[in-house]
Amino acid sequence: MRYITPRKAAEGLGSAHEGTQHHWAMTVSAVALTVLTPLFMIVVARAIGLSQEQLLAYFGRPFPALITALFVIVGMVHFIKGTRIMIDDYFQGGTRKAAIIFSVIFGWAVIAAAVYALARMGLGAIVVL
Amino acid sequence: MADVNRGNRPLSPHLQVYRLPLAAITSIMTRITGHALVAGIVLITWWLVAAVTSPGAFACADWVVRSWLGFIILTGSMWALWYHLLAGLRHLFYDAGYGLEIEQAHKSSQALIAGSVVLAVLTLIVFFVF
Repeated sequence: MRYITPRKAAEGLGSAHEGTQHHWAMTVSAVALTVLTPLFMIVVARAIGLSQEQLLAYFGRPFPALITALFVIVGMVHFIKGTRIMIDDYFQGGTRKAAIIFSVIFGWAVIAAAVYALARMGLGAIVVL
Repeated sequence: MADVNRGNRPLSPHLQVYRLPLAAITSIMTRITGHALVAGIVLITWWLVAAVTSPGAFACADWVVRSWLGFIILTGSMWALWYHLLAGLRHLFYDAGYGLEIEQAHKSSQALIAGSVVLAVLTLIVFFVF
């Protein structure tokens, strides 16, 4: 019989010493995304149907570029952390490790691709002007 | 309580035949929509990268975006975004300690389904009218 109360195991960082940060990061990114999501929908809706030249000019402007960059970065970080929970729930051992590694690499690859495209469009606009 | 045995506990044999309550369905749908959104963001990112790659690459990506397949992916993603957003808002209320009673969770589940569909339809109307 160990004289440990349930509170001892639960308070502070908890028995795993992590997880609180994960939950808090999800909360912060979720709140940010509640604002970014409707804005991103508007940005994409206005972009669909544009010609390539118009699209380059459109995403060269600050508002569409910033909203898209923020949405993809915050969204994919939210995705990586959210996927981690799903992986922890359903997979074990080597499969779990492989899935986590793939999820993190995939998430940052999407961020890199989107930011690269936006940077090219933004710099192109400066050169044209 | 802290010394409780956490292993070797019996598992329910009824997972396959158990009819999920509405709150459980809307909960798992949060996870499904969140992961399915990969399709939409990959399509849009591919489209953006193609636009700075070459006219040929853009023509290909833009064709997919404007095709019926692109329409299904983007419209589905749009609904999934609204659903996941509303479900995420509900989680913020859960975290704050509100709406955790079974009756409340049932009502918020109904609101979640109805709200996401209404917002998706409104978004489509706004998109095609303006």
